[in-house]
Amino acid sequence: MILMLTLLSIVTFLLFNAVPTDPARLTCGKTCTPEIVAANRIRLGLDQPLLTQYLEWMKGIFVGRTYGSGTATFECSTPCLGYSFKNGEEVTTLIVNALPVTMYLALGAFTLWMVVGIFSGIVAAKHQGKWQDRTIMGVALVGYSLPVFFIGLLFLVFAIVRWNILPYPNYESPFDDPVAFFQTMLLPWVTLAILYSAYYTRLTRSQILETMGEDYIRTARAKGLPERVVFRKHAFRAGLTPIVTSAGLDLAGLLGGAVITEYIFSLPGLGRVAIGAVTDYDLPTITAAVLVAAVFVIIANLVVDILYAVVDPRVRLT
Amino acid sequence: MTTKENVILEVKNLNVEFTTDDGIIHAVNNVSYTVERGKTLAIVGESGSGKSVSSLAIMGLLKGANSKVSGEVFFNGQELVGADPEEVRKLRGDEMAMIFQDPLSALHPYYTIGDQLAEAVLVHNDISEKEAVTKAAQMLTKVGIPSVEQRISEYPHQLSGGMRQRVMIAMALINGPELLIADEPTTALDVTVQAQILELLRELQKEFGTAIVLITHDLGVVADLADEVLVMYGGSAVEHAGVRELFYEPQMPYTWGLLASVPQISVKKEQLDPIPGSPPSLLNMPKGCVFEPRCAFKNQVANNACVDKFPDLLAVSENHEARCHLSESQRVAIRVDRKIGKV
Repeated sequence: MILMLTLLSIVTFLLFNAVPTDPARLTCGKTCTPEIVAANRIRLGLDQPLLTQYLEWMKGIFVGRTYGSGTATFECSTPCLGYSFKNGEEVTTLIVNALPVTMYLALGAFTLWMVVGIFSGIVAAKHQGKWQDRTIMGVALVGYSLPVFFIGLLFLVFAIVRWNILPYPNYESPFDDPVAFFQTMLLPWVTLAILYSAYYTRLTRSQILETMGEDYIRTARAKGLPERVVFRKHAFRAGLTPIVTSAGLDLAGLLGGAVITEYIFSLPGLGRVAIGAVTDYDLPTITAAVLVAAVFVIIANLVVDILYAVVDPRVRLT
Repeated sequence: MTTKENVILEVKNLNVEFTTDDGIIHAVNNVSYTVERGKTLAIVGESGSGKSVSSLAIMGLLKGANSKVSGEVFFNGQELVGADPEEVRKLRGDEMAMIFQDPLSALHPYYTIGDQLAEAVLVHNDISEKEAVTKAAQMLTKVGIPSVEQRISEYPHQLSGGMRQRVMIAMALINGPELLIADEPTTALDVTVQAQILELLRELQKEFGTAIVLITHDLGVVADLADEVLVMYGGSAVEHAGVRELFYEPQMPYTWGLLASVPQISVKKEQLDPIPGSPPSLLNMPKGCVFEPRCAFKNQVANNACVDKFPDLLAVSENHEARCHLSESQRVAIRVDRKIGKV
């Protein structure tokens, strides 16, 4: 875990340096003179060897760091992910501001798709081969095939622009203006949920059908358990494990920034930050966004492993 | 002699068909037998002979739209094939129970054995969970699980194969069923453990008076446990006899083949005698006798009868029926010649 994070930080750091441009040159705009570039290079420590730079960067994350020396110093507090010249702000501030938006988006969509996906997967599995199953799987196939940017744009064009069902997206914190928050978030949630629900419907259905063919299901029936108990207690529980895995990783992926959805609905989340940083060559921000996303994935992996043990006693250490 | 009162299970003309993409499979054809209370009927046959499918059909465990069960099954006088599935469910696990071949896959990996046993009690009895657990512990002790207090909260993967099968047996017998269907209960176990499990079954049968339908391909197990034997081949019953009659006076070439392929410690042989060929495809059954393609004696029957007509199941003696076109004197001659059975 620690090793993973260390490796990860090295890779993202190298990413920063792999970009074929001079980071110092990017620190000032059109009015740049070689003198300013050189001064900034020293201020940011970019003249140091790579290893020193990396250690400085890591140090910044854990204890903060001070850029420059003498009078022209600049304090970057813990956890310092760097300074974004494009935005004239600490990267940490950018991330911290964007993070809640992405979290609301991811968690809302996650809840929606888990409920819809698992529920319809169960219904489809229960009525395997009948019209309910065919309908659900048909819809799921369509949902699965539609890219997010397409669904998102459709929603945007019809629900907002044409029919004015919802106001134009304008993100407000749920604590300041809950109504505006929900109005803005509804479509992004649904957009993301459509794709993932379709996937989870298929996953749940196939998992349940697979476990229904297991020997222990036959045993449960041989005990005389009602079909409802066989299904809920024996088949569903066993089919849950892969769903938990997928769910954890998908949620983590989204927490790192749902780039397209955030972009379409102008949500100021991590995905927007990342895209903005990429188009602006804002290297410290790109590095930070990648790092944050990767940390989410690693944490999710850990959580999934723990959940495994909760669900499946065979995984537990005895 | 069989009377109506002491018959626990009567199967009459049981048929099972599966509809597959390749055609209809007749997995079980017109199989009939009876099982008396407290007795053991062994159903013997190769893989695909329909022995497991017929027992699943009796239990009402053949699920799915692609299977079709017809015929009659009387359990304690109650007909099951046409019965309301809910009625059959109530009998399952209570009056009739089943144990399976591989106890590891047959036990749920996510629940402790105590939970799984208590669950079996609670479905059929209106008692508290605590009482059910107590009953589970008693039953586990009875089937010879050591240190039950500790084992009861363990998961199937923590037990050995023999232990697991003991747990399965405990689970099946916990409600004191009158009929136990044991589907190859020892196949997945070590030889030493097999003997223990068979011994356990015998003891429990004596104690509870349970009738057992023992599905196996192991003739040693049959000789050990069975009172009566039904030999199945290609979905049909080909010979049906008391266990002595079957081993001493087998009548059907397939049974001969089965007996000849068992190693015998008293006879020194370089090689075992397998039955040549393989069982017929259930999709493409022979028109005449199911065993005809593999039968070594079909040439002794006149007019190609074996190819054209499936012989009827005819009585040989009071407690013995077999399907074969060979005449009685021909069979005796062959048995004497090949030293099959007691001659």
